[in-house]
Amino acid sequence: MAIIQDALVQLGQLLLVLLLAPLLTGYVRKVKARLLRRQGPDLIQPYRDLHKLLRKDVVLADNASWVFRVAPYVIFATTWVAAALVPTFATGLAFSPAGDLIAIVALLGSARFMLALAGLDVGTSFGGIGSSREMMIASLAEPALLMIAFTLSLLAGSTQLSAVATFMQGPDVGLRVSLAMALVGLVMVAIAENARIPVDNPATHLELTMVHEAMILEYSGRHLAVIEAAASLKLLLYLSVIGCAFIPWGVANADQDLAAYAVSLPVYVIKLAVGGFLLAVFETAVAKMRVFRVPDFLGAALMLGLLAALLLFVSRNV
Amino acid sequence: MAVEVLFWCIAALLATAPAAVAGVRRAWTRIFVYAIALVASTIALATVAWALLTDAGLAQTLRLPIGLPWLGAHFRLDPLAAAFLVVVNLGGTMASLYGLGYGRHEAEPGRVLPFFPAFLAGMNLVVLADDAFTFLSTWEFMSLTSWALVMAHHRQAGNARAGYIYLLMASLGTLSLLLSFGLLAGPDGGYAFDTIRHTQLSSTVASAVLALTLLGAGSKAGLVPLHVWLPLAHPAAPSHVSALMSGVMTKVAVYGFVRIVFDLMGPPAWWSGGVVLLFGGASAVLGVLHALMEHDLKRLLAYHTVENIGIIFIGLGLGLAFAANDMRGPAALATTAALFHVFNHSVFKSLLFFGSGAVLTATGERNMERLGGLIHGMPFTAFAFLIGSVAISALPPFNGFVSEWLTFQAILVSAQLPQWLLKFLVPAVGGLLALSAALAAACFVKAFGITFLGRPRSGVAQDARETDTFSLTAMFALAFLCLAAGVLPGYFIDALAPVVQGLVSAQMPPQATFAWFTIVPIAESRSSYNGLLLFVLIAVAASLAAYVIHRWASHAIRRSAPWDCGFPDASPATQYTAGSFAQPIRRVFGTAVFRAREEIHMPPPGDARPARMHVHLHDLLWDALYAPIAKVVGVTADFLNRMQFLTIRGYLTLVSGALVALLVILAVWQ
Repeated sequence: MAIIQDALVQLGQLLLVLLLAPLLTGYVRKVKARLLRRQGPDLIQPYRDLHKLLRKDVVLADNASWVFRVAPYVIFATTWVAAALVPTFATGLAFSPAGDLIAIVALLGSARFMLALAGLDVGTSFGGIGSSREMMIASLAEPALLMIAFTLSLLAGSTQLSAVATFMQGPDVGLRVSLAMALVGLVMVAIAENARIPVDNPATHLELTMVHEAMILEYSGRHLAVIEAAASLKLLLYLSVIGCAFIPWGVANADQDLAAYAVSLPVYVIKLAVGGFLLAVFETAVAKMRVFRVPDFLGAALMLGLLAALLLFVSRNV
Repeated sequence: MAVEVLFWCIAALLATAPAAVAGVRRAWTRIFVYAIALVASTIALATVAWALLTDAGLAQTLRLPIGLPWLGAHFRLDPLAAAFLVVVNLGGTMASLYGLGYGRHEAEPGRVLPFFPAFLAGMNLVVLADDAFTFLSTWEFMSLTSWALVMAHHRQAGNARAGYIYLLMASLGTLSLLLSFGLLAGPDGGYAFDTIRHTQLSSTVASAVLALTLLGAGSKAGLVPLHVWLPLAHPAAPSHVSALMSGVMTKVAVYGFVRIVFDLMGPPAWWSGGVVLLFGGASAVLGVLHALMEHDLKRLLAYHTVENIGIIFIGLGLGLAFAANDMRGPAALATTAALFHVFNHSVFKSLLFFGSGAVLTATGERNMERLGGLIHGMPFTAFAFLIGSVAISALPPFNGFVSEWLTFQAILVSAQLPQWLLKFLVPAVGGLLALSAALAAACFVKAFGITFLGRPRSGVAQDARETDTFSLTAMFALAFLCLAAGVLPGYFIDALAPVVQGLVSAQMPPQATFAWFTIVPIAESRSSYNGLLLFVLIAVAASLAAYVIHRWASHAIRRSAPWDCGFPDASPATQYTAGSFAQPIRRVFGTAVFRAREEIHMPPPGDARPARMHVHLHDLLWDALYAPIAKVVGVTADFLNRMQFLTIRGYLTLVSGALVALLVILAVWQ
């Protein structure tokens, strides 16, 4: 019975993240527009965009190779699998033992690897600039994220996100400096990894400072739709990780019955809404920084993560 | 039984060498040599793999009446030797298979064919050796044969220097190991490993042995700061030999280190783990940073060997630290991670060198700045190289990720280490490891993207054609192993269990007992990983998405010119190059690590001269460590050179002066 429930929860979550991700993107856009006193597009505009893009022809560059055509699906699949491993509204997912926090970071790394290759495939200068900068950003963001993962797993005694969430709900957490540093670091990494202001601007084209948009400049039609969906999934994934590790209240546990989900599902949606709102406010309040200031920003995140882990190493005897 | 079979294989390899000399002018010699090497390595591989898996024929010894008259030559096949022999002979099999096709393009086969089987035999013998004398002489044999192979293309610029520096470093390494064994054997000269194992070492002697072994084995493995010869020598050899040197010979060096420090020296001191960790962390990051600055495909791969050796030594250092604190379970985890990475690195590094060899024969170019777009002319090589690139970048679901993941798990347990120094050091090294993994991904986006993707940057890249079937078979076999070890790591971990048991008296939990091929390093509540499930999930999700979209949305494709924001430029020179790809990372890390400086000459408007940019990089280690040594040696040699031109009077004065000085010393001594 428990296995069936786990499997059902897992399946439900797979579909939930897929369905919710464009909504989150639309919501953040809407809030940003309202903060700028614009009307802004509908909440469901991203769905409309995806629908339209999916039905359009793909216009493919003459010299594009199979890497360019396969990459969108691989990026989408790895991001989706990574998102499926993060407990959103319930722990005890069926796939949870397949990968821990480190594996989730690495899966996102695989997606980024393919995206950067796709940026180089057609051989345009924009694609190259995007790939090169993306890998520079990742070379600092990924170790920072791993150090934050170290911090969480040293506290919880486990690298499994489910166990981390359960531990954070429990009474042994207390207020810790390490946790605060890890949270700040994680937020900084999430901003950089999702190509948000001040690191990158998701709404620009034709700007020399763009990173993510430059890599996908050659994509069109269904390929672009799949990549956009993967980008939305990634934003959802980061907010879910922050939610389940730092505000774990309301996440249903494996041993609870189905009624608990009636509470945990709305709570999860509220968490996403709050997270998306804060992101929109932050993005509206700060200016985009020069690309060579980004290493300072992410270097700070890396140092925060390292310090957080170091403090736990020297303060704990588990 | 197993040892005898191995020795017949080694004898066949050794006998092939003079036969190759005799038949060097004949065309079939190449096929003969590589076929014998292929058969002998395959039989040896099957024998040791069988011995390791079934535990049959292990702990067998063999004594040959050669070498020192009172000692003889001892050989022994134990689990540790068997595990490394798997790596050696897997590399040998694949390199021979690849050589069958690749060797056709060799301009001077007489400089490669005799030494290739001898090199393979030498590596096998080092791992089998069971006394110090045999170990050192076979080690030197391995060094010299590989040196001969490095010098195969001695007329190419830079190769003579590479060979010279290699020879110097190899001599230094052997000298250090000689002294190390001298200390281990003690005044009684018990050179058999069994005798050494039962000798108690004082702590001073043990630390001297550790330092000398790090110097000796570390210089062969390419540990920073002893790595300087490696990126020069490995790329200079023909590509299948580069694969053997980078993928396999460095592992023989790791074997030497493990044999001496884990097996012969007895229980380690806690700080020895810290020292090894420090060298490992430095190698991991400096290796990958050097690789990022490099535009020569083979040299880039060689620098990545330095990085991966660093990762292996991080695992070994953690193993030593845990073992010294009697934390048996974590010690087993860390050592397994290191040994698994030994295997993984040998697989993907051989694959990548084979791929670079295929590129080299197809285009004659190693410089990435003149390549590009090879995926169209060489689709199979490109695919195999892509698998290798993903694997070495430690990305799931391939094998490089599993061993790095295990190393991370070992790092996370080390918060329990009691020593304060280690508590500070280990998380820092963990950060370095994470940094090197991320930088490796950047580096292989560059290596694959600039070489195989984009538009051809030269005529030779435009006309590149796919390589031969033998080479492709070898590459695809290795690519398959990358995936197999990534999705079913449990089998490999279980196969390493007897080895680890012998080294740290503990082993990881048997992985075969966990359902669905999940691997669990310590406990299920703590962490687990299932590469198979992730691989299947990714494959299913990607196919499902593609199917659904193609079936119900759209599957039409229209080809057109690239968009490039509306300003496509037909010239391939407008693409990103390897140099421009690495520029942001060079700005972030290079100014501190390499004192990187850009020099830009921009002619004024109206001037028709081209603009130029030079990037100046300094190898600070070379400047700080090797340049002074070279200078001191030069000055001393110049000074001593005068003594060659003394008169007979001068020599007589010198001799009597020396005699008087020695007598005075003797008188004072007594």
